[in-house]
Amino acid sequence: MGDFRYWLAENKGTLLAVAVFVIMFGIYTGNHTAGFSGMVVTTAANKGVLLALVAMAQTLVVLTAGIDLSVGMVFVLANCLASQLVVGSALETTFGVVVVLLAGVICGALNGIIVIYGRLQPIVTTLATGAMFYGIALWLRPIPGGDVNSDLADALTEQLPGGIPTSLVVLLGIVLVVWIPLRRSEVGRAIYAIGSSEPAAYMSGVNIDRARLTAYIVSGLLSACGGLMLTFITYSGEASATIGGSYTLNSIAAVVIGGVSLFGGAGSAIGAIFGAFVLRTIGDLLFVFDFDPLWQPLFQGVILLGAVTLGSLRLLRIKNRLDLFG
Amino acid sequence: MDANIPLFQMNGVAKSYGGVRALEEAHLRVEAGRIHAVLGENGAGKSTLIKIMSGVVQADAGDMALDGAKILFPSPKAANAAGIACIFQELSLIPDLSVADNIAIANPPRRFGLIDRRAQRRFAEEALARAGAEDIHPLAPVKDLPLSRRQMVEIAKALARMPRILILDEATSALTAGDVAKVFAVLKRLRDEGLALLYISHRMQEIDELADDCSVFRNGRHVASYLAGSKSRNDVVELMIGREYSHVFPPKPNAAKQGAPALEVAGLCWSHQLNDISFAARPGEIVGLGGLDGQGQRELLLALFGVLRGVSGDIAVNGVVRRARGPRAAKASSSAMALIPEDRKTEGLMLPMSVRDNLTLPALDSLARFGIIDRSREQDAVDTMVKLLAIKAANLDIPVGALSGGNQQKVVIAKWLMIAPRIILLNDPTRGIDVGTKQEIYQLLRKLADDGATILFYSTDYDELIGCCDRVLVMYDGAITRELVGAEITEHALVSSAFRIQEPGEIQLG
Repeated sequence: MGDFRYWLAENKGTLLAVAVFVIMFGIYTGNHTAGFSGMVVTTAANKGVLLALVAMAQTLVVLTAGIDLSVGMVFVLANCLASQLVVGSALETTFGVVVVLLAGVICGALNGIIVIYGRLQPIVTTLATGAMFYGIALWLRPIPGGDVNSDLADALTEQLPGGIPTSLVVLLGIVLVVWIPLRRSEVGRAIYAIGSSEPAAYMSGVNIDRARLTAYIVSGLLSACGGLMLTFITYSGEASATIGGSYTLNSIAAVVIGGVSLFGGAGSAIGAIFGAFVLRTIGDLLFVFDFDPLWQPLFQGVILLGAVTLGSLRLLRIKNRLDLFG
Repeated sequence: MDANIPLFQMNGVAKSYGGVRALEEAHLRVEAGRIHAVLGENGAGKSTLIKIMSGVVQADAGDMALDGAKILFPSPKAANAAGIACIFQELSLIPDLSVADNIAIANPPRRFGLIDRRAQRRFAEEALARAGAEDIHPLAPVKDLPLSRRQMVEIAKALARMPRILILDEATSALTAGDVAKVFAVLKRLRDEGLALLYISHRMQEIDELADDCSVFRNGRHVASYLAGSKSRNDVVELMIGREYSHVFPPKPNAAKQGAPALEVAGLCWSHQLNDISFAARPGEIVGLGGLDGQGQRELLLALFGVLRGVSGDIAVNGVVRRARGPRAAKASSSAMALIPEDRKTEGLMLPMSVRDNLTLPALDSLARFGIIDRSREQDAVDTMVKLLAIKAANLDIPVGALSGGNQQKVVIAKWLMIAPRIILLNDPTRGIDVGTKQEIYQLLRKLADDGATILFYSTDYDELIGCCDRVLVMYDGAITRELVGAEITEHALVSSAFRIQEPGEIQLG
């Protein structure tokens, strides 16, 4: 019983995001003319998974008490690269996928190296590198277009027998292969430790640089996964600053709604995934209730503000006012 | 093993921080199976010594040997690997992680490359049991534990590393009496198991109970090592003091100040860190706060200045009970209070802003008309202060961060003098500044007092308390334990009361 209480306290933020999503999605499918059908769920899943991957990428950096403004641009860059390379025979396609993911890793490593060894603030570093990544994307694909291996694309974005969206299975696979092992590894522990208290982590003999570099590399990799999925859904590449920017900002919002602390050290990528789903469902809800889609930013803002307010309730307990600024 | 080679030895170790010598020619010899106490007053170099031993800072000169072989610790990780574990005063726990995560942080048990949570939990339970803290749940997040429990986790964490040398730096300061007894039993058992323990504490009775060997440090130098119990407490105090007077102080007024107190405090309490503090200070008086570092002196000043929440007790200014709700209220003309903070770089100054802007910040409301700053009045006020304190700046529009430490501190003091304070609280204002500026500050404080200000002056430098103060309130564990007046303020009295060593025939307060 005691153990459960601690588990609950640790996963409060994640569970809250799951609950909000379930309620919102229930209302959405309940009011949709097609009801809880395979098509409705698959469309929602495909949209949600894209943001979920970018939000997971953001989570890694936020856990170290940083922020990554380049996630959306890595996402766009991967999309443009994939629209050039993920075509042709099975072998060529595989090669293309590997190159796209590798590009994400390189982008993340670049961010990490600059932040760790250049001692620059993550927000400035990733603002600059994000612009660079976007520049490369624009150079690769000056006008929207390109193609993608449609067999692979259809396999990953439609439904399994039984109506389960494949993209959700892909997301689950990524969680199982990337997030869960990382969460349970020594490096993952160190990522939480530096976000929570870097001096204490240093004093405890934790390998700080390795943990931070890993966080940025995995972040780049996950953004690239997102870009790849985008290509599979749209069958093309587009170097759009609007898409990149909105994914970056929405990833931060998703992380906050998912209960990840922007101060670092607390939260889970699972929470961020559901945070992303919540954001995506807002648009769907407006649609079924015949609201003008123009209302979407307003509702997103209200939900975001609510999530942040819950996170700052602890400030009421602070006894030394100087701690408010710390 | 050769009996003459100690487990750990340190020879001629020196360390300076920005020109200030913290440690020079330090020697230490630590034997296995013994508890070695390190004694010394504030600034004696104790913390620097253990920071060097545990790899937090690197020595400028000298060498260290473990089992007779020379070693270097470039990081805490390296010291840990060599078997030196340290329990620091500032806790090294990670607040958002659980107790078990923290205990196993450096080397968690793994299976297939991943952390094995069950094994980790058993490991943590064993470590907690070794430390005598079975009551702590291994899954509890550290940030939710009270300070005394965190301290026990810290001890368990150090023990879990199976160290050969365990350093405890004021490790019992936050513990309850019951915990202290448990920890002592654990420490004695560890000694019998062959560990070497280095024990730093300001509680003499703890040292009497635990230590086998003692080493005394003074002014960054090793003064003496002796077998515990071979010297009287009085001799120990004599060893700890003996600093030559290097400052020149202005003469003190002879007569004690009369008249109504400007500041009266009765029964002030805050969050276990301030316990029932009562005193009064009159205009013209410089009242010192003494005692070892971290006994609640800073918190007392912050409480008076309205920074702390949940303070109980009465604070009366000029006979009127009022509780400032923050620095803004405290500086208002009804109480005219100023606090010169401890860390000028974070709490005292906006380093990138100009000297001028920093100087006038607290007094802007009196220099502005309808919200617009009156430039000529600002210039007059700034000129007065620069002249009064002899602030040396090439230009008043350069960033204050470009000034020397001493001149920065003058700016901090000057910006508060702008509001013409009647009660001035000083939190260790001369730390890390040059002797010349120190002397100017002493002169200034006496002048302000003579002009009718009430000054509450916390200093970690006993010389200053002796040289500047009319009275000194010695604090211990958040309470005022002794008041020294006039000629009673001697280094001997300050050190012995800071360590709570009773002296026959002296009156104890509290």
